[in-house]
Amino acid sequence: MEYEAVIGLETHVQLKTLSKMWCGCANEFGAEPNTNVCPICLGMPGVLPVANEEALRLTALTGLLLNGRITPFAKFDRKNYFYPDASKNYQVTQYDQPSTLGGFVEFELNGGMGRVEITRAHLEEDVGKSTHFDRFSGVDFNRAGVPLLEIVSEPVITSPDMAYEYLNALKEILVYGGISDCDMEKGMVRCDVNISVRPVGQKELGAKIEIKNMNSFSGVRHALEYEIPRQIGVVSKGGKLSQETRRWDDVTGMTETMRSKEQAHDYRYFPEPDLMPFVPDEPYIASIKACVVELPLARKQRFMRDYQLPASDAQTFVWDVPLGGYFESAAKASKSPKAVANWVINNLRARLTETKTTLAEIKFPPAALAELIDLVDSGKISSRIAQDVFAEMFNTGEAPAVIVQKKGLLQVSDTGAIEKFCDEAIAANPKSAEDFRAGKVAALNFLKGQVMKLSKGKANTNLIGEILEKKLKA
Amino acid sequence: MSTLNQLTAGELARAIRRKEASARQATEACLNRIRQIDGQVKAFLSYDEADALAQADAADRAVAAGEAAHRPLLGVPIAIKDVLAVRNQPLGCASKILEGYISPFDATVITRLREAGAIVFGRLNMDEFAMGSSTENSAYFTTRNPWDLERIPGGSSGGSAAAVAADECSASIGSDTGGSIRQPAALCGCVGLKPTYGRVSRYGLVAFASSLDQIGSFTKDVSDSALLLKAISGVDPKDSTSVPESVPDYAKALEGSIKGMRIGLPKEYMIDGMHPEVSAAVKAAVDQLQKLGADIVEISLPHTDYAAACYYIIAPAEASANLARFDGVRYGKRVDGADPIEMYSRTRGAGFGPEVKRRIILGTYVLSSGYYDAFYLRAQKVRTLIRQDFLNAFEKVDAIVTPTTPTAAFKAGEKSNDPLQMYLSDIFTISCNLAGICGISVPCGFLKEPKLPLGLQILGKPFGEAALLKLAHAYEQSSPWRGQKPPL
Repeated sequence: MEYEAVIGLETHVQLKTLSKMWCGCANEFGAEPNTNVCPICLGMPGVLPVANEEALRLTALTGLLLNGRITPFAKFDRKNYFYPDASKNYQVTQYDQPSTLGGFVEFELNGGMGRVEITRAHLEEDVGKSTHFDRFSGVDFNRAGVPLLEIVSEPVITSPDMAYEYLNALKEILVYGGISDCDMEKGMVRCDVNISVRPVGQKELGAKIEIKNMNSFSGVRHALEYEIPRQIGVVSKGGKLSQETRRWDDVTGMTETMRSKEQAHDYRYFPEPDLMPFVPDEPYIASIKACVVELPLARKQRFMRDYQLPASDAQTFVWDVPLGGYFESAAKASKSPKAVANWVINNLRARLTETKTTLAEIKFPPAALAELIDLVDSGKISSRIAQDVFAEMFNTGEAPAVIVQKKGLLQVSDTGAIEKFCDEAIAANPKSAEDFRAGKVAALNFLKGQVMKLSKGKANTNLIGEILEKKLKA
Repeated sequence: MSTLNQLTAGELARAIRRKEASARQATEACLNRIRQIDGQVKAFLSYDEADALAQADAADRAVAAGEAAHRPLLGVPIAIKDVLAVRNQPLGCASKILEGYISPFDATVITRLREAGAIVFGRLNMDEFAMGSSTENSAYFTTRNPWDLERIPGGSSGGSAAAVAADECSASIGSDTGGSIRQPAALCGCVGLKPTYGRVSRYGLVAFASSLDQIGSFTKDVSDSALLLKAISGVDPKDSTSVPESVPDYAKALEGSIKGMRIGLPKEYMIDGMHPEVSAAVKAAVDQLQKLGADIVEISLPHTDYAAACYYIIAPAEASANLARFDGVRYGKRVDGADPIEMYSRTRGAGFGPEVKRRIILGTYVLSSGYYDAFYLRAQKVRTLIRQDFLNAFEKVDAIVTPTTPTAAFKAGEKSNDPLQMYLSDIFTISCNLAGICGISVPCGFLKEPKLPLGLQILGKPFGEAALLKLAHAYEQSSPWRGQKPPL
């Protein structure tokens, strides 16, 4: 019998806010233990939470970025459990009425497309961090109360690769939308994996096994690569799996039982009485909608389609959004978007880096770049001269046509003039002429260069070749 | 001539403003009174004499600087229930689990009292974590009723009530989750006000049941209630459940006649087990209100019978989560164990008293998987019905009048082994918290033998404190009970 895996992911992401979820403490990684704390995030007697509006906004925005919807009524609940890193011994989260519902993430997978439906994205608080020493343990509460977004996928993932690509696509979207920095090294993204196996064709799901607290995407992939065959191995030998929570051990590359269903927590959720429900109005939702950016994959596909760019160029403009924006302004004014992309990626970007200039500080308008390319395409200047004109544009901001005019850089396509330069070059380099005639094609290039030099770079390259060959073969 | 500690907060503030008395004299008068009688009354768990006097001296300097005109409580000593956070003072909730804990911050109410010029002092005894009706659940000692030292002062804010009744302070602050201000105020013969939920910030109040808790005052008369309410009310950015409703001039609202105001008498509150003299006192008070021009209407609050059951599900459920933070990890008592679970068990086992444990267990149970719908969810629905009962009634009437308690103060030990009997002493006060409305208890006479105070409860619309205070004030001014002092 053949078996298939059914995988769902719960991805926890720290939101990019200045302050924590319920208090004014800094949301900052790497500070000395217990320095970004106050009575509120330490759960001292008498304190109350006040919801961070930016965290609520980022949550709603995430819903839209993941193609989901903002719910008309969201509330917070208390999830009760005792653990030393939980300062109140309950976690405030959104249980049955989260801020967002639904959606999907699309991504490239094995040369085709993959898609994972999203159940919900809800807001909660992070907990502190325990450290265990020889004879005691310590808790750092700097992380306690950091806003944490939990993105729950539908159980539609079927392979370790699919899980991996989904997670990368999700991360890309969240970084893109300014939701989270998703810095894995700083623990900003953590995953719980739900996995079961069943015979292909069977409708109902097998026993759900959860692997908790994975902190890298490759870890998720490795754990699945181990866990799926393990589960199939058990059931295909007639064994029975039961619901449990397992732990992934990065060192041994194996999962092991953490707790069985019987030991599962009863979290005793109930509505958080210290916070009011969140009921977004139309202007609020409109303001969130205004912040929805184009998703990375859609942007890549659009750049490839609308500007006929190769995937690598399109990807460059996905990662560098302002540069992509600049490219679009120039490309819209040009007949050769690919040439524009080359100029932007190869010349402009390099120049900006060299001179430590920002896009906003560029002295010429994007349309001037299109104009420059036009001068080359129409044969008015050579590509060699175009480099000089570009450098001048960059320094002074003058229009390319003006620079060409002022410096007399128009390409020479006057056959008579070029013939004269060719004669001079052949006369001055008899050895090269001889070599060419003897069959050394490379010698022609040397002569072409000499002609170009004589013309001060202005001679039309194509004409030089034609005339030289004609003269040498005569 | 009354001594300074006997004056109402308003009278004392006026005397200080006119420089007829100093804040230092007033504070010393209170401290002397405490030294003299608190050995018997036992209202205070502790008090910081040096800090109180330092505040008094600062107040006197403020008076000299002309600040009295805009600081209505300048120099007035106000004592605080041990459930409110006061910076650099102990915060213990009369529990062993918080023994030695010092609060690093001021509750918003404390900040506001300080801004109004009050001298904030003392830690008043209470039932542990505000769970109880007699102060017998204090982990330290039982406060005594100043009218009869063998009797309890009520609870949970028993220390706050007794301290005001015994003139150990000008006024005090308490908290009311199911009657914890109104019931002890009635039993000690002072005025106790529970404002509308959301009227006063809860920031700095150690939570018992967050959706029911509200901070309020104990005062020697109704005009002081108006004075204190004005000082402590208003929206607070630190409390998301505080309501951005404007704060009227409550003192001004006391003036004028109550003619034509409609008062509802709920027929469901005429229960068996009510002391006949309590019924008689309330009836006399109602007659008095009628004489003053109020119209009396019989009304119905049909879900009254379910209030106690509803309360004893919701309040413990919230408490079970609110009290989870007392675990020995970060502050307070810790009894070590081999692992965190053992440390929790030992710490909480040793730190909490029996009533607190009872309610945590009850609350944990009603929230458990499989029981939630039958208990917690259903109780929330009943709560909505109870609130609706009141809102319907307030379409017809301006206020509702009931006894505050079914009986006068009982003897210490009389009900302490019978939690259900104890719970019944809050039977008239619980609905007000479930409905989130405001309520006040004003003295309405005495039991004849022994002479024990009785209280009249007036309930008002959400944010209708002005009307409530006006009625209470009119009644108080026309009744002979004001200014009677216990025979200490």
